[in-house]
Parts: sequence; C-alpha cells; structure tokens
Amino acid sequence: MLNIKNLHVKLEEEDKQILKGVNLSLEPGKVHAIMGPNGSGKSTLSYVLSGKGGYEVTEGAAQLEGVDILDMEAEERAAAGLFLAFQYPVEIPGVGNMTFLRTAVNAQRKLRSEEEMSAGEFLKVVRAKAKDLKIDAEMLKRSVNVGFSGGEKKRNEILQMAMLEPKMCILDETDSGLDVDAMKLVSQGVNALRDENRTFLVITHYQRLLDHIKPDVVHIMANGRIIKTGGPELALEVEQNGYADLLEEIA
Amino acid sequence: MAMDDIQVKDGVDAETVEAVKALSGTYKYGWNTEIEMDYAPKGLSEDIVRLISSKNDEPEWMLGWRLAAYRRWLELKEPDWAMVDYPTIDFQDQYYYARPKSMEKKPKSLDEVDPKLLETYKKLGIPLKEQALLAGVEAPEGERRVAVDAVFDSVSVGTTFQTELRKAGVIFCSISEAIREHPELVRKYLGSVVPVSDNYYATLNSAVFSDGSFVYIPPGVRCPMELSTYFRINAENTGQFERTLIIADKESYVSYLEGCTAPQRDVAQLHAAVVELVLLDDAEIKYSTVQNWFPGDENGKGGIYNFVTKRADCRGDRSKVMWTQVETGSAVTWKYPSCVLRGDDSQGEFYSIAIANNMQQADTGTKMVHLGKNTKSRIVSKGISAGKAQNTYRGLVSMHPKAKSSRNYTQCDSLLIGNKCGAHTVPYIEVKNNSSRVEHEATTSKVDDDQLFYCRSRGMDEEEAVALVVNGFCKEVLQALPMEFAMEAQALVAISLEGSVG
Ligand SMILES: Nc1ncnc2c1ncn2[C@@H]1O[C@H](COP(=O)(O)OP(=O)(O)OP(=O)(O)O)[C@@H](O)[C@H]1O
Ligand SMILES: [Mg+2]
Repeated sequence: MLNIKNLHVKLEEEDKQILKGVNLSLEPGKVHAIMGPNGSGKSTLSYVLSGKGGYEVTEGAAQLEGVDILDMEAEERAAAGLFLAFQYPVEIPGVGNMTFLRTAVNAQRKLRSEEEMSAGEFLKVVRAKAKDLKIDAEMLKRSVNVGFSGGEKKRNEILQMAMLEPKMCILDETDSGLDVDAMKLVSQGVNALRDENRTFLVITHYQRLLDHIKPDVVHIMANGRIIKTGGPELALEVEQNGYADLLEEIA
Repeated sequence: MAMDDIQVKDGVDAETVEAVKALSGTYKYGWNTEIEMDYAPKGLSEDIVRLISSKNDEPEWMLGWRLAAYRRWLELKEPDWAMVDYPTIDFQDQYYYARPKSMEKKPKSLDEVDPKLLETYKKLGIPLKEQALLAGVEAPEGERRVAVDAVFDSVSVGTTFQTELRKAGVIFCSISEAIREHPELVRKYLGSVVPVSDNYYATLNSAVFSDGSFVYIPPGVRCPMELSTYFRINAENTGQFERTLIIADKESYVSYLEGCTAPQRDVAQLHAAVVELVLLDDAEIKYSTVQNWFPGDENGKGGIYNFVTKRADCRGDRSKVMWTQVETGSAVTWKYPSCVLRGDDSQGEFYSIAIANNMQQADTGTKMVHLGKNTKSRIVSKGISAGKAQNTYRGLVSMHPKAKSSRNYTQCDSLLIGNKCGAHTVPYIEVKNNSSRVEHEATTSKVDDDQLFYCRSRGMDEEEAVALVVNGFCKEVLQALPMEFAMEAQALVAISLEGSVG
C-alpha cells in the first residue's frame, strides 16, 4: 500500500534535518503502529506524506500503491486515498462542520471524476456515522473544531475519515485527550473500517490504544529513523521499560 | 430543505464553487453589449444638464433643482481625505448621458424593449421578463419573486411586476417616471436625506443623474415581493449617475436588492450614485447591495471608480433600517451607507463585506448618527484584503445630547491574504450625553496556512480552501442577506479572490 524508502527531510526555512532515512513498508489490510520519544519526527513524517508545506525532501521516495506521491498536491494525495487524522485538528471559524465535510467529500469525488454525493444521501450517511461516534446534530452544525473539546476534535477527525473512506489512514496521536469511553468509540470506529484493502499507520505513545486497535507491526522511531520493528509485544516492552534500553542498543 | 439551508448559511456550496470555476475569465460580467447608443456630447456644462432634463421630459422645477446643484458643484472641491489614491478625474472627458437608440421612444411594455437589452439582462441572470415567470415554466419550488427595475447606462429599460405591485399600492418605477407621474412625492422627499450640497459627488449626481429607481410603500403595507434594481454600465467613457429614492410610509416594510456590473474596459469609468431612504413611524427597510463593478486588471488598469452616497433617514419613531453590502468590485470604492436615527427608538444596522484584491482600493464604512432617544445601532464589518490591495474601514458613531440611553455595537474584523496588502480601521466616536453606550471591537487576522493545509488534506484545492475559509469569516454578514443574494455573494467571494494565494 504505502512504501517509504530512505526518506530524508529537512525544514525548508532552516538547515535542520528531521527525518534521516525512514524506511517503511505497509501492506494492504495491516495495522502498523509507530511509537517513539517526543520530537523524534513522527508528526513530521505524517505531514510530509500528506503534503504539508515547509519541508524539503532531500532524499528518498514514498509510493502509494506504486505511485510516487511526494510531487503531488495535498488534495491529489487525499483523492488518491491518503488520510491524516491530525494530532492538533485545526479550527475554521464560521464554516459549519457539515458544510466542510460535504465540500471535502465532493471535492475528492470530483478529483476522481466521480459523481457528487447528493445532499439527501450525504445527510443520511453523515447522520448514521456521526451517531456511531456519538457526535450529536448540534456538533455537526457548529463551526469546524471551534470550541470543541480535545476529545470532540479527535472524534471529529474519525468522522471525517469514516466519510472519506480512505485506503491509507494515518492517525497521529488520536488517542491523546480521549477519556476511556471516547477511546472505545474511536477504536470501534477504526476497527469498523478495517478491511483487507485498507491500511492503518497509528502513531501513539500508549499501549492503551493498541489494546483496542490490535497492531500487526510496531515500529519505534527515534531521532528521525525507525530504530526497531517488531510485533505487538514491542509496544508492551516500551510501556514497561521506556525507550532508554532501545536507544542504548543503537548507540 | 434543511440541507440547502445549511449550505447557504455555513459556507461555500459545492455547486457554487463549480459554477464559479466554470467561468472562463476572472470577471464574469466583463462582456460588452453591441448596441447602438445615443450620447450627449462629452463634458459637463449647463447645456448638458438641460439636455439630460429635456431627454427625460422633466418639469421646470426639476430642471431648476438640477441647475442649482450644478452651480453649487462648480464651487466645490473634490475631497481627498479618504485612503484612496487615483489619477485626477477629468470631468470634461466623460459622457454624462448614454442611452440605447431603441429606447428613444419609451417602450410601453417589456415586449417593446430591444431584445438585445433583454438578452444582456438574461446573461446577467436577472429575471427581467415577468411573462416568463408568470406564464411560462414553473418557477422552482419556493423561489421568491423579485420585481426588477433594470438600468442600462443612463436609462431605465423596464420595471417588472408593475401591475401586481400597483394593486398593493406600491409604486416602483424609474425615478424619471416618478418625476413625471408622482411629482408631489418626489418634490417632497428628493434631496431631503442627502441635500444637494451634501458632498462633491452627491452634488454632481444631483445635477446630472439620468435615471434610477423610485419606491413608495404606503402606510401599513408590507411589500408583497422583494424589489430589485440592476445597474449595468455598458457604454465606454460613460459615467453612471443613478439616483434611488425609497419612501417607507408608516408601518410599512420593504426589502430592496441592488446589483451592479460593468464590462471590462481598460479605461476607468466613473460611478457616482445617491441613494436616499426615508422611513416614517414603525417603517422598516432592508437594503442589500451586491456590488461587483469591474475592479480593473491585476495591474490596476481600468475599473470603476465608485463614489456613492447612501443614507437612510429614520424620521419616524421605532423605524428600522438595515444596510447589507457585499463589495467585491470597483477599482476605487468610496462609500459609507449611513443611518440618521432621528425618531425615538429607531434602529440602524450595517453589515458589510468588502473585498479588495490586486490593486483595488476600498475606503468604506458607515455613519450612525443618533439623534433620538433609545436609538440603537449595530455595525458588523468584514474587510478582506489580498494582493496589493488596501482596505479601509471608516466609521462614525455619534450620540447627540438628546439621544439619551442609546447604544451602539461595532465589530470590525479584517482578514489579510498574503503580506503585500493592507487593512486599516478608522473609527470616529462622539458621545455627547452620559446615558449612552458605545462598544467597539476590532480584530485583524491572516488566512492561516494551517487552515488551508487542513482543507487541502481533505481534498479541496487551494482556491476552494481559500473561498471556504473566507466565507466562514464573512458568515455573519452573509446570513443577513436574502437567500438568493447570499448564494451570489458566496460565488463572488470565490471569484474575486481567485489567484490571491500561491
Ligand atoms: N516547522 C518546524 N520548525 C522548527 N522545528 C520543527 C518544525 N517542525 C518540526 N520541528 C522539529 O522537528 C522535530 C520533530 O517534530 P515532530 O513534531 O515530528 O515530533 P513527534 O515525534 O511528532 O513528537 P511528539 O511525540 O511530541 O508529537 C522536533 O524537534 C520539532 O521541534
Ligand atoms: Mg507528534
């Protein structure tokens, strides 16, 4: 699904290297998790993959289903099936959540030369999916993320993902700020989307989330590189011992 | 339907964006109608004033009024306090009167109007031909009917729904017709809100205005449909000086829409209008404008110089006026729709979106003059600047000694796109009694890269993303517009900001 080869990324504005050769190979239908200390480059990786400005790729490549994505515009990557649930979802005052969702769904459909979703169908689908995530009608009317609690913002990201039905889902710390019940809702939302053609990359600091969303592979990222890859047990190991031992291994 | 409601009120409708995208040029009304015109000779003189008056078959008193204005104008100086900068206007190098040849004999009904003119308005999306609406194809469900007075260069080419309006006692006609047919009303009210000597451009307008719209709503009548005027400047080097007079008698109500377009020409054109609103006891007027005169090209060549005096006089107690404007066009805009709150408990509201892109300059705002007791005013201004444009909000709130217990609330927000443009806020506040309250809030923000990336990561392209964010910023004002206008305004916001990022 997604293949990342020797990805090197620096900041555009200053001479600061953040990713120093990342290699990842994510197969269709699998859930990969990335853990790693603060500032190791996890969010940067997700931003670069989804096309945010301000970064420069100095070396390496990334392919979605065999197609290079690093030269594509952000919206083209989205239409090609890439989705990022933001660590810090952005507020857009005055733009209704529902309007935003519908504009996004139809923008992607247009880029893929598909027919637009009718207003009626859209309403039906969005109501059903919102209900699953316990997002009420009032929240759908409010401005995008404005005045949403931390947990509401994260649930809203999952709603967007459910509506857009991407093939490659990147979740950046979607669990942070969620209470126990919300964590269950979000995990159910993600698990409901799991299928053999969809891949997840879940960035998290905690085993908690991985109890609900069982990963197939766990990677540890440190200092701009993947320093270790293993099975679900690797996450448990980190939970118990922290990163010190792992960092020592590679030092 | 509920969904459509949400679409209009909350942001950009996908179809709207599509429609906008489908347009080839960036200014979609830039075409020109090939039509034979009658011009008065270029330049301004007493003779021209006499000629305009005689072309309109005006009575003697009207000519006298115009000539007094003209003589006054000769003594006035062009104001220079606004934050706009434009080449000196040569008032002798303009045509003051242009009329399609086919309009020489006044058409008796719309059937006699030159089809080319009707075609022009059709292209602009104006439902001029009432037959089409009345007899013809079923109007889409819920579509409100709007009576239109269309002004093409200097003359009014037709007013729709006359009969039906007349049944309700409403007079809606061109001002030239009103001068002939309803002289008692015109003489009583014309110039009573904006006096002849008010300001340079208003005085000029008083001397040379050629047409415009007239509305009278009798006591207790709620106008059965929305009234609308569409102004189009077509002829080259022609100034348009229209005059609008609306009188809302006691306990009456009317909603009035004004739209304006002009072809794309590389020589700047002058537009100096005067709008007077008179409100008697318990009357209410909603006046909405979508102004998209040609703004000039990216380098500031051409475009309309728009100098407008709009004022409402809330003469009656408990009268209420609401100005809503979406200003996306013109090279230079100088415009301050104002409310004189004379009657006790009268209210004035001003909602404005002013967009300036490329080399456009806008100096706009409002004046709220509180004279009566318990008067209230509310100002919501959204200024958007992009490219190298300069956008100034200039507002006056004045509480006179007798305006006891009055209130004003002003909210003035500026949004910048890019870093070569400017936004300025110039509030003047005078409070001359101690029981009144004035509140002023102002913010300036930038279209945030993170917001744009968030939208794009969900599949919207850059222009869609900007339009969405900007429409969100303007939401409170868009909501104040009648439905059809809100849609048009959203589309305009998108068009006028095309190419403003990246
Ligand atoms: N635009 C930027 N300007 C300056 N430094 C940046 C920028 N973007 C990222 N960095 C730096 O790059 C490093 C990686 O940041 P990133 O946000 O990717 O870390 P992370 O692994 O997601 O951390 P966390 O677990 O705290 O979310 C950090 O040191 C951060 O300060
Ligand atoms: Mg992070």
